[in-house]
Amino acid sequence: MSTLSHRYEFVYLFDVTNGNPNGDPDAGNLPRLDPETNRGLVTDVAIKRKIRNYVALEKEGEPGHAIYMQEKSVLNKQHNQAYAALGIKPEAKKLPKDEAKARELTAWMCKNFFDVRTFGAVMTTEVNAGQVRGPVQIAFATSIDPVLPLEVAITRVAVTNEKDADKERTMGRKHILPYGLYRMHGFISAKLAERTGFSEDDLQLLWRALTNLFEHDRSAARGEMAARKLIVFEHEHPMGNAPAHVLFDRVKVRRINGQDDSPARNYADYQVDIDRDKLPAGVSINEIF
Amino acid sequence: MAYGIKLHIWGDWALFTRPEMKVERVSYDTITPSAARGVLEAIHWKPSIRWCIDSIQVLKPIRFEAIRRNEVGSKISAASVGKAIKAGRTDGLVNYVEDDRQQRAAIVLRDVAYVIEAHFELTDRAGPDDSVGKHLDIFNRRARKGQYFQAPCLGTREFPASFVLLESGACAPPVHEALSGERDLGWMLHDIDFADGMTPRFFRARMIDGRIAVPAFASAEIRS
Repeated sequence: MSTLSHRYEFVYLFDVTNGNPNGDPDAGNLPRLDPETNRGLVTDVAIKRKIRNYVALEKEGEPGHAIYMQEKSVLNKQHNQAYAALGIKPEAKKLPKDEAKARELTAWMCKNFFDVRTFGAVMTTEVNAGQVRGPVQIAFATSIDPVLPLEVAITRVAVTNEKDADKERTMGRKHILPYGLYRMHGFISAKLAERTGFSEDDLQLLWRALTNLFEHDRSAARGEMAARKLIVFEHEHPMGNAPAHVLFDRVKVRRINGQDDSPARNYADYQVDIDRDKLPAGVSINEIF
Repeated sequence: MAYGIKLHIWGDWALFTRPEMKVERVSYDTITPSAARGVLEAIHWKPSIRWCIDSIQVLKPIRFEAIRRNEVGSKISAASVGKAIKAGRTDGLVNYVEDDRQQRAAIVLRDVAYVIEAHFELTDRAGPDDSVGKHLDIFNRRARKGQYFQAPCLGTREFPASFVLLESGACAPPVHEALSGERDLGWMLHDIDFADGMTPRFFRARMIDGRIAVPAFASAEIRS
């Protein structure tokens, strides 16, 4: 597996129709809002979770693509006997005296776990097995326009508790956004990829994951979510050929249908323009979809 | 300051966690010298040089916002990794996030912009072909082209930092009038002393018209 020799930045557009892309635990699971602008937010970790889930699905059990941070299974913790096996003396939160040992553990984790190799992980409990900074860095996604969460009251014709049996039905709430188009920026460092062994194949897998991110993440809360666009800037030089913010500015998303102050209700209300003129030398644009 | 650099950095969010409020993270009012050093090191660093932050110019009003996220509470233990290596399988080595949920709030900074003024010194690991001029040129070249080793961030990696090199003689970006006057920001983390078992060291941050003069790491103003 060859590791990356280029730096990348990407712009990722996805939308939600009648769903909640990312609930805010502080606001009773209302879709996250930026209080200053009323734009919707989706946190970086929400997207990373979906990427992990996609890879776990596609690469089920394939060696080298295990996922460390998993959902929904029986907890299976194993500790302590391994010290004897490895001959490491547990010392409170210190580097193992043998740094090579720590490096070996870290390298093994990177080799076997896709999410450790991609996003990094902190491995420290009794013994410090090192920290991995992954090459892929994702920022918060924000919606292009302000969004308006709706609270939808729903009824259920069954009850959970015996004592409510005479009620015959219970009420619940769902929070949805009628529509929101979100934009997310990501960064991939070639130099950190070298250190974790993040390869070209992994990169293709990441693009596949982003392409199909929501296809395997359907649920009652999410509504219809869809990946709309993935625009990748590839730099010739591993350290890069142009500032990231300058490249991001080349992708403009604007309203085309309807008034600017009327709410957008689907993707056709927007137009995505990619400025390909006079690209900085050594930078190429690749529209994955 | 014959060979200093000035870097203009900005971003939508930032989180420079106060060490005394790490569980429900609360950011300092401004970037710390330690975080500023991290931004510079993300662009260029070698073991033979050490960045020293001279001053931090805050350009925008200080505003906060709360974000609560689901996080995991535990870390991978070296022991279980070692065991899995021995067994040659990964299936037992997993962290189920629902069983390990922690919802944590973070009070983050909103819409920040700074100018970092810094210089560097050569460390004792500098070889015969390391010179201040060489590293300065490398840094300036990289910052000018927007090159980096990894995308610099504003405290945590989900908040990327955009940056532009301020050439000498370039006019400085405007400072918001809300920052005029003198403000005492209290004790702030200066940096971690890695030579002394990762001891944090603090300094009294005073912001005058948005500018914080950062004392040298070895000076008497630094407490731990």
